[in-house]
Amino acid sequence: MSPRLRWRKFVSGFMLTMTGVCALVAVSVLFLILGYLAIHGGASVNWNFFTKLPVPVGETGGGMANAILGSAKMLLLATLFGVPIGFFGAIYLAEFSGSTTAFFVRYAADLLNGVPSIVIGIFAYGLVVHPFKQYSTLAGGFALGLMMIPITLRSTEEFLRGVPNPLREAAMALGASKWKTIATVIVPAAYRGILTAILLAFARVAGETAPLLFTALGNQFWSPGWTHPTASLPVMIYTYALAPYDDWHRQAWAAGLVLLVLILVINIVARAILSRGIAVPRS
Amino acid sequence: MQASVRPALSVNLPPIATSALARETPEALAMRMTISKLDFFYGPKQTLFDVSMGIAVNKVTSLIGPSGCGKSTLLRTLNRMYETIRGARLRGEILLDGQSILAQDVTALRRRVGMVFQRPNPFPKSIFDNVAYGLKINGSKLPISDAVEKSLRHAALWDEVKDHLHKSAYELSGGQQQRLCIARALAVEPEVLLLDEPCSALDPISTAKIEELLVQLKDICTITIVTHNMQQAARVSDFTAFLLTGQLIEFSPTPQLFTTPGDPRTEAYITGRFG
Repeated sequence: MSPRLRWRKFVSGFMLTMTGVCALVAVSVLFLILGYLAIHGGASVNWNFFTKLPVPVGETGGGMANAILGSAKMLLLATLFGVPIGFFGAIYLAEFSGSTTAFFVRYAADLLNGVPSIVIGIFAYGLVVHPFKQYSTLAGGFALGLMMIPITLRSTEEFLRGVPNPLREAAMALGASKWKTIATVIVPAAYRGILTAILLAFARVAGETAPLLFTALGNQFWSPGWTHPTASLPVMIYTYALAPYDDWHRQAWAAGLVLLVLILVINIVARAILSRGIAVPRS
Repeated sequence: MQASVRPALSVNLPPIATSALARETPEALAMRMTISKLDFFYGPKQTLFDVSMGIAVNKVTSLIGPSGCGKSTLLRTLNRMYETIRGARLRGEILLDGQSILAQDVTALRRRVGMVFQRPNPFPKSIFDNVAYGLKINGSKLPISDAVEKSLRHAALWDEVKDHLHKSAYELSGGQQQRLCIARALAVEPEVLLLDEPCSALDPISTAKIEELLVQLKDICTITIVTHNMQQAARVSDFTAFLLTGQLIEFSPTPQLFTTPGDPRTEAYITGRFG
Protein backbone atom coordinates (compact mmCIF):
# COMPACT_ATOMS: atom_id res chain seq x y z
CA MET A 1 0.00 0.00 0.00
CA SER A 2 1.33 3.38 -0.97
CA PRO A 3 1.75 5.96 1.82
CA ARG A 4 -0.78 8.16 0.12
CA LEU A 5 -3.44 5.42 0.07
CA ARG A 6 -2.65 4.58 3.71
CA TRP A 7 -3.10 8.22 4.67
CA ARG A 8 -6.44 8.37 2.85
CA LYS A 9 -7.65 5.24 4.60
CA PHE A 10 -6.59 6.71 7.93
CA VAL A 11 -8.44 10.01 7.31
CA SER A 12 -11.53 8.14 6.20
CA GLY A 13 -11.48 5.90 9.27
CA PHE A 14 -10.83 8.82 11.60
CA MET A 15 -13.69 10.91 10.24
CA LEU A 16 -16.08 7.96 10.36
CA THR A 17 -15.21 7.36 14.03
CA MET A 18 -15.48 11.05 14.93
CA THR A 19 -18.90 11.57 13.32
CA GLY A 20 -20.12 8.36 14.91
CA VAL A 21 -18.98 9.46 18.36
CA CYS A 22 -20.70 12.85 17.93
CA ALA A 23 -23.93 11.13 16.91
CA LEU A 24 -23.64 8.89 19.95
CA VAL A 25 -23.12 11.87 22.27
CA ALA A 26 -26.15 13.62 20.78
CA VAL A 27 -28.34 10.61 21.42
CA SER A 28 -26.94 9.81 24.84
CA VAL A 29 -27.75 13.27 26.25
CA LEU A 30 -31.42 12.33 26.25
CA PHE A 31 -30.78 9.05 28.00
CA LEU A 32 -28.40 10.68 30.48
CA ILE A 33 -31.09 13.18 31.43
CA LEU A 34 -33.71 10.46 31.70
CA GLY A 35 -31.41 8.27 33.78
CA TYR A 36 -30.38 11.14 36.02
CA LEU A 37 -33.98 12.11 36.64
CA ALA A 38 -34.93 8.50 37.27
CA ILE A 39 -32.15 8.04 39.83
CA HIS A 40 -32.92 11.22 41.75
CA GLY A 41 -36.66 11.43 41.35
CA GLY A 42 -37.78 7.91 40.56
CA ALA A 43 -38.30 7.00 44.19
CA SER A 44 -40.53 10.00 44.78
CA VAL A 45 -42.85 9.22 41.89
CA ASN A 46 -45.54 7.33 43.72
CA TRP A 47 -49.29 7.40 44.19
CA ASN A 48 -49.03 10.32 46.63
CA PHE A 49 -47.17 12.41 44.09
CA PHE A 50 -50.17 12.33 41.78
CA THR A 51 -52.91 12.61 44.39
CA LYS A 52 -51.68 14.70 47.37
CA LEU A 53 -51.13 18.40 47.86
CA PRO A 54 -47.66 19.70 48.75
CA VAL A 55 -46.96 19.53 52.48
CA PRO A 56 -45.34 22.23 54.64
CA VAL A 57 -41.57 22.23 55.05
CA GLY A 58 -40.43 19.65 57.51
CA GLU A 59 -43.14 17.13 56.87
CA THR A 60 -42.26 14.34 54.47
CA GLY A 61 -44.54 12.95 51.80
CA GLY A 62 -47.08 15.00 49.95
CA GLY A 63 -47.38 15.39 46.20
CA MET A 64 -48.00 17.75 43.37
CA ALA A 65 -51.59 16.95 42.45
CA ASN A 66 -52.45 20.66 42.31
CA ALA A 67 -49.56 21.36 39.94
CA ILE A 68 -50.54 18.48 37.66
CA LEU A 69 -54.13 19.68 37.52
CA GLY A 70 -52.99 23.30 37.08
CA SER A 71 -50.76 22.34 34.16
CA ALA A 72 -53.55 20.30 32.61
CA LYS A 73 -56.03 23.18 32.88
CA MET A 74 -53.62 25.70 31.38
CA LEU A 75 -52.64 23.36 28.55
CA LEU A 76 -56.31 22.80 27.80
CA LEU A 77 -56.90 26.55 27.60
CA ALA A 78 -53.77 27.02 25.51
CA THR A 79 -54.90 24.34 23.07
CA LEU A 80 -58.41 25.78 22.82
CA PHE A 81 -56.96 29.22 22.18
CA GLY A 82 -53.83 28.56 20.12
CA VAL A 83 -54.79 25.58 17.96
CA PRO A 84 -57.87 27.05 16.21
CA ILE A 85 -56.05 30.28 15.42
CA GLY A 86 -53.01 28.43 14.12
CA PHE A 87 -55.13 25.91 12.21
CA PHE A 88 -57.42 28.38 10.44
CA GLY A 89 -54.54 30.77 9.85
CA ALA A 90 -52.68 27.93 8.17
CA ILE A 91 -55.69 27.19 5.96
CA TYR A 92 -55.75 30.82 4.91
CA LEU A 93 -52.02 30.78 4.15
CA ALA A 94 -52.01 27.51 2.26
CA GLU A 95 -55.28 27.82 0.36
CA PHE A 96 -56.36 31.43 0.00
CA SER A 97 -53.60 33.99 0.34
CA GLY A 98 -51.46 35.39 -2.41
CA SER A 99 -47.73 34.91 -2.21
CA THR A 100 -46.98 38.35 -0.74
CA THR A 101 -49.43 38.06 2.14
CA ALA A 102 -48.29 34.51 2.78
CA PHE A 103 -44.69 35.66 2.90
CA PHE A 104 -45.38 38.30 5.55
CA VAL A 105 -47.63 36.11 7.69
CA ARG A 106 -45.14 33.25 7.54
CA TYR A 107 -42.28 35.56 8.41
CA ALA A 108 -44.21 37.04 11.32
CA ALA A 109 -45.09 33.56 12.57
CA ASP A 110 -41.44 32.54 12.44
CA LEU A 111 -40.47 35.65 14.38
CA LEU A 112 -43.19 35.01 16.94
CA ASN A 113 -41.88 31.49 17.27
CA GLY A 114 -38.47 32.95 18.05
CA VAL A 115 -39.68 35.42 20.69
CA PRO A 116 -38.15 34.33 24.02
CA SER A 117 -40.78 32.70 26.17
CA ILE A 118 -40.07 35.09 29.03
CA VAL A 119 -41.06 37.99 26.76
CA ILE A 120 -44.31 36.18 25.97
CA GLY A 121 -44.80 35.98 29.74
CA ILE A 122 -44.29 39.71 30.23
CA PHE A 123 -46.65 40.44 27.37
CA ALA A 124 -49.38 38.22 28.85
CA TYR A 125 -48.74 39.86 32.22
CA GLY A 126 -49.28 43.31 30.73
CA LEU A 127 -52.34 42.28 28.78
CA VAL A 128 -54.20 39.97 31.13
CA VAL A 129 -52.72 40.02 34.63
CA HIS A 130 -52.09 43.73 35.14
CA PRO A 131 -55.51 45.09 34.08
CA PHE A 132 -57.39 42.60 36.25
CA LYS A 133 -54.86 42.76 39.12
CA GLN A 134 -54.98 38.98 39.33
CA TYR A 135 -52.63 36.12 38.48
CA SER A 136 -54.73 33.34 37.07
CA THR A 137 -55.06 30.05 35.22
CA LEU A 138 -56.59 32.05 32.35
CA ALA A 139 -53.51 34.25 32.04
CA GLY A 140 -51.21 31.20 32.08
CA GLY A 141 -53.30 29.46 29.42
CA PHE A 142 -53.27 32.63 27.32
CA ALA A 143 -49.47 32.89 27.46
CA LEU A 144 -49.01 29.22 26.50
CA GLY A 145 -51.64 29.56 23.77
CA LEU A 146 -49.73 32.47 22.23
CA MET A 147 -46.73 30.18 21.94
CA MET A 148 -48.78 27.43 20.31
CA ILE A 149 -50.08 29.68 17.52
CA PRO A 150 -46.94 29.92 15.36
CA ILE A 151 -45.94 26.29 15.89
CA THR A 152 -49.37 24.99 14.88
CA LEU A 153 -49.65 27.46 12.03
CA ARG A 154 -46.33 26.75 10.35
CA SER A 155 -46.46 22.97 10.54
CA THR A 156 -50.15 22.74 9.61
CA GLU A 157 -49.44 24.93 6.60
CA GLU A 158 -46.61 22.63 5.52
CA PHE A 159 -48.88 19.58 5.67
CA LEU A 160 -51.69 21.34 3.79
CA ARG A 161 -49.26 22.38 1.07
CA GLY A 162 -48.17 18.75 0.84
CA VAL A 163 -51.63 17.73 -0.40
CA PRO A 164 -51.24 17.25 -4.18
CA ASN A 165 -52.96 19.86 -6.34
CA PRO A 166 -54.81 17.32 -8.52
CA LEU A 167 -56.96 16.47 -5.48
CA ARG A 168 -58.08 20.10 -5.23
CA GLU A 169 -58.87 20.12 -8.92
CA ALA A 170 -60.79 16.85 -8.68
CA ALA A 171 -63.06 18.21 -5.95
CA MET A 172 -63.60 21.54 -7.65
CA ALA A 173 -64.35 19.85 -10.98
CA LEU A 174 -67.18 18.01 -9.21
CA GLY A 175 -68.77 21.29 -8.24
CA ALA A 176 -67.33 21.64 -4.75
CA SER A 177 -66.84 25.20 -3.57
CA LYS A 178 -63.43 26.24 -2.33
CA TRP A 179 -64.42 25.81 1.31
CA LYS A 180 -66.11 22.46 0.66
CA THR A 181 -62.95 21.27 -1.08
CA ILE A 182 -60.87 22.25 1.93
CA ALA A 183 -63.23 20.75 4.48
CA THR A 184 -63.99 17.47 2.71
CA VAL A 185 -60.79 16.68 0.82
CA ILE A 186 -57.74 18.69 1.78
CA VAL A 187 -57.97 18.68 5.57
CA PRO A 188 -58.94 14.97 5.69
CA ALA A 189 -55.99 14.18 3.41
CA ALA A 190 -53.62 16.05 5.74
CA TYR A 191 -55.22 15.17 9.08
CA ARG A 192 -52.42 12.92 10.32
CA GLY A 193 -49.89 15.65 9.75
CA ILE A 194 -52.11 18.28 11.35
CA LEU A 195 -52.72 16.10 14.39
CA THR A 196 -48.98 15.57 14.72
CA ALA A 197 -48.39 19.31 14.46
CA ILE A 198 -50.87 19.97 17.26
CA LEU A 199 -49.36 17.30 19.51
CA LEU A 200 -45.85 18.63 18.96
CA ALA A 201 -46.98 22.18 19.73
CA PHE A 202 -48.63 20.86 22.87
CA ALA A 203 -45.50 19.00 23.95
CA ARG A 204 -43.42 22.07 23.22
CA VAL A 205 -45.35 24.37 25.58
CA ALA A 206 -46.04 21.71 28.23
CA GLY A 207 -42.58 22.29 29.68
CA GLU A 208 -42.53 26.09 29.46
CA THR A 209 -41.75 27.81 32.75
CA ALA A 210 -40.97 31.42 31.97
CA PRO A 211 -44.39 32.47 30.59
CA LEU A 212 -46.05 31.04 33.69
CA LEU A 213 -43.91 32.88 36.25
CA PHE A 214 -45.73 36.17 35.62
CA THR A 215 -49.12 34.80 34.75
CA ALA A 216 -50.07 31.73 36.75
CA LEU A 217 -47.57 32.57 39.51
CA GLY A 218 -47.85 29.39 41.56
CA ASN A 219 -49.89 28.05 44.44
CA GLN A 220 -49.35 25.57 47.27
CA PHE A 221 -53.02 24.62 47.25
CA TRP A 222 -55.79 23.76 44.83
CA SER A 223 -56.73 26.61 42.53
CA PRO A 224 -60.52 26.78 42.23
CA GLY A 225 -61.98 27.88 38.91
CA TRP A 226 -59.96 29.74 36.33
CA THR A 227 -59.27 33.13 37.90
CA HIS A 228 -56.85 32.34 40.70
CA PRO A 229 -53.11 31.79 40.80
CA THR A 230 -52.36 28.16 40.10
CA ALA A 231 -49.50 25.76 40.50
CA SER A 232 -47.96 24.10 37.45
CA LEU A 233 -45.32 21.41 37.07
CA PRO A 234 -42.59 23.54 35.48
CA VAL A 235 -42.94 26.38 38.01
CA MET A 236 -43.08 23.84 40.83
CA ILE A 237 -39.77 22.39 39.62
CA TYR A 238 -38.27 25.87 39.55
CA THR A 239 -39.46 26.75 43.06
CA TYR A 240 -38.63 23.41 44.64
CA ALA A 241 -35.21 23.09 43.04
CA LEU A 242 -34.17 26.51 44.38
CA ALA A 243 -35.39 25.81 47.93
CA PRO A 244 -32.84 24.66 50.52
CA TYR A 245 -34.67 21.47 51.52
CA ASP A 246 -33.62 17.98 50.45
CA ASP A 247 -37.19 16.74 50.44
CA TRP A 248 -38.21 19.49 48.02
CA HIS A 249 -35.25 18.66 45.78
CA ARG A 250 -36.45 15.08 45.53
CA GLN A 251 -39.94 16.29 44.66
CA ALA A 252 -38.49 18.60 41.99
CA TRP A 253 -36.61 15.66 40.43
CA ALA A 254 -39.80 13.63 40.45
CA ALA A 255 -41.75 16.45 38.81
CA GLY A 256 -39.04 16.76 36.17
CA LEU A 257 -39.23 13.06 35.47
CA VAL A 258 -43.01 13.12 35.16
CA LEU A 259 -42.92 16.13 32.85
CA LEU A 260 -40.22 14.66 30.64
CA VAL A 261 -41.97 11.30 30.36
CA LEU A 262 -45.21 13.09 29.47
CA ILE A 263 -43.50 15.04 26.70
CA LEU A 264 -41.69 11.96 25.41
CA VAL A 265 -44.92 10.01 25.28
CA ILE A 266 -46.65 12.80 23.32
CA ASN A 267 -43.75 12.91 20.89
CA ILE A 268 -43.76 9.16 20.40
CA VAL A 269 -47.54 9.13 19.84
CA ALA A 270 -47.19 11.98 17.35
CA ARG A 271 -44.50 10.13 15.38
CA ALA A 272 -46.54 6.94 15.46
CA ILE A 273 -49.55 8.76 13.98
CA LEU A 274 -47.39 10.22 11.25
CA SER A 275 -45.58 6.99 10.42
CA ARG A 276 -48.84 5.11 9.89
CA GLY A 277 -48.39 6.69 6.49
CA ILE A 278 -49.41 9.91 4.87
CA ALA A 279 -52.85 9.24 3.50
CA VAL A 280 -51.94 10.57 0.09
CA PRO A 281 -49.12 9.10 -1.98
CA ARG A 282 -46.80 11.83 -3.20
CA SER A 283 -46.40 11.82 -6.92
CA MET B 1 -82.31 19.85 -14.60
CA GLN B 2 -81.91 20.17 -18.30
CA ALA B 3 -79.87 17.03 -18.58
CA SER B 4 -82.96 14.87 -18.59
CA VAL B 5 -84.57 16.82 -21.41
CA ARG B 6 -81.55 16.85 -23.69
CA PRO B 7 -82.88 19.48 -26.05
CA ALA B 8 -81.67 19.44 -29.60
CA LEU B 9 -80.63 23.01 -29.95
CA SER B 10 -80.09 24.68 -33.23
CA VAL B 11 -77.64 27.45 -32.62
CA ASN B 12 -75.85 29.68 -35.01
CA LEU B 13 -72.58 27.98 -35.53
CA PRO B 14 -69.52 29.70 -36.81
CA PRO B 15 -68.82 28.79 -40.44
CA ILE B 16 -65.92 26.42 -39.87
CA ALA B 17 -67.91 24.12 -37.61
CA THR B 18 -71.07 24.30 -39.68
CA SER B 19 -69.39 23.30 -42.88
CA ALA B 20 -67.52 20.46 -41.29
CA LEU B 21 -70.48 18.99 -39.50
CA ALA B 22 -73.17 19.63 -42.05
CA ARG B 23 -71.45 17.59 -44.71
CA GLU B 24 -71.33 14.33 -42.85
CA THR B 25 -73.86 14.30 -40.05
CA PRO B 26 -76.71 16.73 -40.29
CA GLU B 27 -78.17 15.65 -36.97
CA ALA B 28 -74.95 16.67 -35.30
CA LEU B 29 -76.13 20.24 -35.56
CA ALA B 30 -77.58 19.63 -32.11
CA MET B 31 -74.81 21.22 -30.12
CA ARG B 32 -74.29 20.69 -26.43
CA MET B 33 -71.72 23.45 -26.25
CA THR B 34 -70.76 26.24 -28.61
CA ILE B 35 -67.56 28.20 -28.42
CA SER B 36 -67.41 31.46 -30.35
CA LYS B 37 -64.55 33.84 -30.91
CA LEU B 38 -62.69 32.66 -27.84
CA ASP B 39 -59.48 34.43 -26.88
CA PHE B 40 -57.62 33.29 -23.80
CA PHE B 41 -54.87 34.97 -21.81
CA TYR B 42 -52.48 33.93 -19.07
CA GLY B 43 -51.56 37.36 -17.76
CA PRO B 44 -50.28 39.30 -20.75
CA LYS B 45 -49.69 36.16 -22.83
CA GLN B 46 -52.43 35.16 -25.23
CA THR B 47 -52.71 31.38 -25.65
CA LEU B 48 -55.93 30.97 -27.65
CA PHE B 49 -56.84 33.08 -30.68
CA ASP B 50 -60.37 33.42 -31.99
CA VAL B 51 -61.40 29.79 -31.50
CA SER B 52 -64.92 28.90 -32.61
CA MET B 53 -66.33 25.39 -32.60
CA GLY B 54 -69.22 23.27 -31.40
CA ILE B 55 -69.37 20.19 -29.20
CA ALA B 56 -72.05 17.91 -30.64
CA VAL B 57 -74.56 16.16 -28.40
CA ASN B 58 -73.75 12.52 -27.59
CA LYS B 59 -70.63 12.51 -29.71
CA VAL B 60 -66.95 12.30 -28.87
CA THR B 61 -65.01 15.38 -29.88
CA SER B 62 -61.26 15.24 -29.62
CA LEU B 63 -58.76 18.05 -29.45
CA ILE B 64 -55.34 17.31 -30.87
CA GLY B 65 -52.20 19.27 -31.51
CA PRO B 66 -48.56 19.51 -30.43
CA SER B 67 -47.59 20.34 -26.83
CA GLY B 68 -48.38 23.91 -25.93
CA CYS B 69 -50.93 24.36 -28.72
CA GLY B 70 -53.64 25.29 -26.24
CA LYS B 71 -55.75 22.13 -26.36
CA SER B 72 -55.75 21.63 -22.58
CA THR B 73 -56.41 25.33 -22.05
CA LEU B 74 -59.39 25.13 -24.39
CA LEU B 75 -60.71 22.11 -22.48
CA ARG B 76 -60.30 23.90 -19.16
CA THR B 77 -62.34 26.86 -20.31
CA LEU B 78 -65.36 24.58 -20.84
CA ASN B 79 -65.85 24.00 -17.10
CA ARG B 80 -64.08 27.20 -16.08
CA MET B 81 -61.26 25.31 -14.34
CA TYR B 82 -58.93 27.97 -15.72
CA GLU B 83 -60.27 30.27 -13.01
CA THR B 84 -58.13 28.52 -10.39
CA ILE B 85 -55.09 30.08 -12.04
CA ARG B 86 -54.31 33.65 -11.12
CA GLY B 87 -54.24 36.08 -14.03
CA ALA B 88 -56.11 33.79 -16.42
CA ARG B 89 -58.97 35.40 -18.34
CA LEU B 90 -60.93 34.88 -21.51
CA ARG B 91 -62.81 36.88 -24.07
CA GLY B 92 -65.58 35.51 -26.25
CA GLU B 93 -68.55 33.31 -25.62
CA ILE B 94 -69.11 29.74 -24.51
CA LEU B 95 -72.64 28.39 -24.43
CA LEU B 96 -73.94 25.27 -22.72
CA ASP B 97 -77.41 24.35 -23.96
CA GLY B 98 -77.71 27.84 -25.29
CA GLN B 99 -76.78 29.63 -22.07
CA SER B 100 -73.52 31.40 -21.39
CA ILE B 101 -71.37 29.42 -18.97
CA LEU B 102 -69.77 32.62 -17.75
CA ALA B 103 -73.09 33.90 -16.46
CA GLN B 104 -73.89 30.91 -14.30
CA ASP B 105 -72.69 29.86 -10.89
CA VAL B 106 -69.39 28.06 -11.34
CA THR B 107 -70.17 25.19 -8.97
CA ALA B 108 -73.48 24.56 -10.75
CA LEU B 109 -71.69 24.61 -14.10
CA ARG B 110 -69.10 22.07 -12.97
CA ARG B 111 -71.85 19.67 -11.91
CA ARG B 112 -73.09 19.76 -15.50
CA VAL B 113 -69.63 19.63 -17.08
CA GLY B 114 -67.52 16.95 -15.40
CA MET B 115 -63.79 16.46 -15.78
CA VAL B 116 -61.25 13.65 -15.71
CA PHE B 117 -57.60 14.56 -15.39
CA GLN B 118 -54.30 13.48 -16.85
CA ARG B 119 -53.21 11.44 -13.86
CA PRO B 120 -55.69 9.39 -11.87
CA ASN B 121 -56.48 11.53 -8.81
CA PRO B 122 -58.82 9.59 -6.54
CA PHE B 123 -59.41 11.07 -3.09
CA PRO B 124 -57.74 9.36 -0.12
CA LYS B 125 -61.06 7.74 0.69
CA SER B 126 -62.74 4.41 0.00
CA ILE B 127 -63.85 3.42 -3.49
CA PHE B 128 -67.46 3.98 -2.47
CA ASP B 129 -66.80 7.39 -0.94
CA ASN B 130 -64.92 8.52 -4.02
CA VAL B 131 -67.91 7.88 -6.26
CA ALA B 132 -70.36 9.18 -3.67
CA TYR B 133 -68.41 12.40 -3.13
CA GLY B 134 -70.11 14.47 -5.82
CA LEU B 135 -73.54 13.27 -4.73
CA LYS B 136 -72.86 14.05 -1.10
CA ILE B 137 -71.54 17.56 -1.60
CA ASN B 138 -74.42 18.36 -3.92
CA GLY B 139 -76.91 17.15 -1.33
CA SER B 140 -78.38 14.58 -3.69
CA LYS B 141 -81.69 13.06 -2.65
CA LEU B 142 -81.08 9.87 -4.64
CA PRO B 143 -80.27 6.69 -2.75
CA ILE B 144 -76.51 7.03 -2.84
CA SER B 145 -75.55 3.35 -3.03
CA ASP B 146 -77.72 2.81 -6.13
CA ALA B 147 -76.16 5.81 -7.81
CA VAL B 148 -72.67 4.58 -6.91
CA GLU B 149 -73.36 1.16 -8.39
CA LYS B 150 -74.80 2.71 -11.55
CA SER B 151 -71.77 4.96 -12.03
CA LEU B 152 -69.31 2.14 -11.42
CA ARG B 153 -71.18 0.01 -13.97
CA HIS B 154 -71.04 2.85 -16.48
CA ALA B 155 -67.32 3.09 -15.89
CA ALA B 156 -66.95 -0.68 -16.40
CA LEU B 157 -65.44 -1.03 -12.95
CA TRP B 158 -68.31 -2.55 -10.97
CA ASP B 159 -67.39 -6.21 -11.45
CA GLU B 160 -63.82 -5.57 -10.37
CA VAL B 161 -64.62 -3.66 -7.18
CA LYS B 162 -68.11 -4.70 -6.06
CA ASP B 163 -66.75 -6.94 -3.29
CA HIS B 164 -64.45 -4.36 -1.76
CA LEU B 165 -66.16 -1.01 -2.11
CA HIS B 166 -64.84 0.06 1.26
CA LYS B 167 -61.17 -0.45 0.49
CA SER B 168 -58.98 2.55 -0.14
CA ALA B 169 -59.03 3.79 -3.72
CA TYR B 170 -55.23 3.69 -3.67
CA GLU B 171 -55.29 -0.09 -3.63
CA LEU B 172 -56.54 -0.09 -7.21
CA SER B 173 -54.22 -0.19 -10.22
CA GLY B 174 -53.59 2.99 -12.19
CA GLY B 175 -56.08 2.03 -14.90
CA GLN B 176 -58.72 1.12 -12.34
CA GLN B 177 -58.09 4.41 -10.52
CA GLN B 178 -58.69 6.30 -13.75
CA ARG B 179 -61.94 4.44 -14.36
CA LEU B 180 -62.86 5.23 -10.76
CA CYS B 181 -62.29 8.90 -11.53
CA ILE B 182 -64.57 8.53 -14.54
CA ALA B 183 -67.21 6.89 -12.34
CA ARG B 184 -66.81 9.70 -9.82
CA ALA B 185 -67.42 12.27 -12.55
CA LEU B 186 -70.39 10.33 -13.96
CA ALA B 187 -72.08 10.03 -10.57
CA VAL B 188 -73.41 13.58 -10.69
CA GLU B 189 -74.84 12.85 -14.15
CA PRO B 190 -73.04 15.55 -16.09
CA GLU B 191 -74.20 16.53 -19.55
CA VAL B 192 -70.63 16.88 -20.75
CA LEU B 193 -67.56 14.92 -19.71
CA LEU B 194 -64.17 16.52 -20.34
CA LEU B 195 -61.09 14.29 -20.37
CA ASP B 196 -57.62 15.80 -20.31
CA GLU B 197 -55.23 13.20 -21.75
CA PRO B 198 -56.84 10.53 -19.55
CA CYS B 199 -54.56 7.73 -20.75
CA SER B 200 -51.19 9.44 -20.73
CA ALA B 201 -50.19 7.80 -17.43
CA LEU B 202 -51.61 4.36 -18.29
CA ASP B 203 -50.37 1.16 -19.88
CA PRO B 204 -51.75 0.01 -23.28
CA ILE B 205 -54.27 -2.46 -21.82
CA SER B 206 -55.76 0.07 -19.43
CA THR B 207 -55.79 2.59 -22.28
CA ALA B 208 -57.74 0.19 -24.49
CA LYS B 209 -60.31 -0.31 -21.73
CA ILE B 210 -60.82 3.40 -21.32
CA GLU B 211 -61.14 3.97 -25.04
CA GLU B 212 -63.76 1.24 -25.26
CA LEU B 213 -65.55 2.85 -22.36
CA LEU B 214 -65.61 6.29 -23.97
CA VAL B 215 -67.36 4.94 -27.03
CA GLN B 216 -70.05 3.39 -24.79
CA LEU B 217 -70.42 6.52 -22.69
CA LYS B 218 -71.53 8.55 -25.69
CA ASP B 219 -75.03 7.31 -25.06
CA ILE B 220 -75.28 8.98 -21.69
CA CYS B 221 -73.21 12.10 -22.15
CA THR B 222 -71.31 14.29 -24.52
CA ILE B 223 -67.57 13.76 -24.46
CA THR B 224 -64.64 16.02 -25.20
CA ILE B 225 -61.17 14.55 -24.97
CA VAL B 226 -57.75 16.10 -25.24
CA THR B 227 -55.13 13.69 -26.48
CA HIS B 228 -51.60 13.85 -27.77
CA ASN B 229 -52.13 10.46 -29.33
CA MET B 230 -53.50 10.79 -32.86
CA GLN B 231 -54.40 7.12 -33.15
CA GLN B 232 -56.50 7.52 -30.03
CA ALA B 233 -58.35 10.48 -31.51
CA ALA B 234 -58.94 8.48 -34.67
CA ARG B 235 -60.21 5.46 -32.73
CA VAL B 236 -62.61 7.09 -30.30
CA SER B 237 -63.85 10.37 -31.67
CA ASP B 238 -66.52 11.47 -34.10
CA PHE B 239 -65.10 14.94 -34.57
CA THR B 240 -61.56 16.16 -34.29
CA ALA B 241 -60.24 19.65 -33.80
CA PHE B 242 -56.61 20.36 -34.64
CA LEU B 243 -55.01 23.25 -32.81
CA LEU B 244 -51.66 24.87 -33.46
CA THR B 245 -50.13 27.75 -31.48
CA GLY B 246 -53.49 28.68 -30.01
CA GLN B 247 -55.42 28.69 -33.26
CA LEU B 248 -58.04 26.25 -34.42
CA ILE B 249 -56.63 25.09 -37.74
CA GLU B 250 -59.19 22.52 -38.69
CA PHE B 251 -62.34 21.04 -37.23
CA SER B 252 -63.88 18.14 -39.14
CA PRO B 253 -65.48 14.75 -38.77
CA THR B 254 -62.67 12.48 -37.62
CA PRO B 255 -62.39 10.23 -40.71
CA GLN B 256 -62.23 13.29 -42.92
CA LEU B 257 -59.58 15.04 -40.86
CA PHE B 258 -57.32 12.02 -40.87
CA THR B 259 -57.83 10.97 -44.51
CA THR B 260 -58.35 14.20 -46.42
CA PRO B 261 -57.19 17.05 -44.22
CA GLY B 262 -58.22 20.43 -45.54
CA ASP B 263 -55.17 22.32 -44.36
CA PRO B 264 -51.52 21.59 -45.17
CA ARG B 265 -50.59 22.13 -41.50
CA THR B 266 -53.04 19.44 -40.40
CA GLU B 267 -51.57 17.11 -42.97
CA ALA B 268 -48.06 17.88 -41.81
CA TYR B 269 -49.03 17.15 -38.20
CA ILE B 270 -50.94 13.93 -38.77
CA THR B 271 -48.25 12.54 -41.02
CA GLY B 272 -45.73 13.18 -38.26
CA ARG B 273 -43.75 15.96 -39.83
CA PHE B 274 -43.78 17.94 -36.58
CA GLY B 275 -45.12 17.77 -33.05
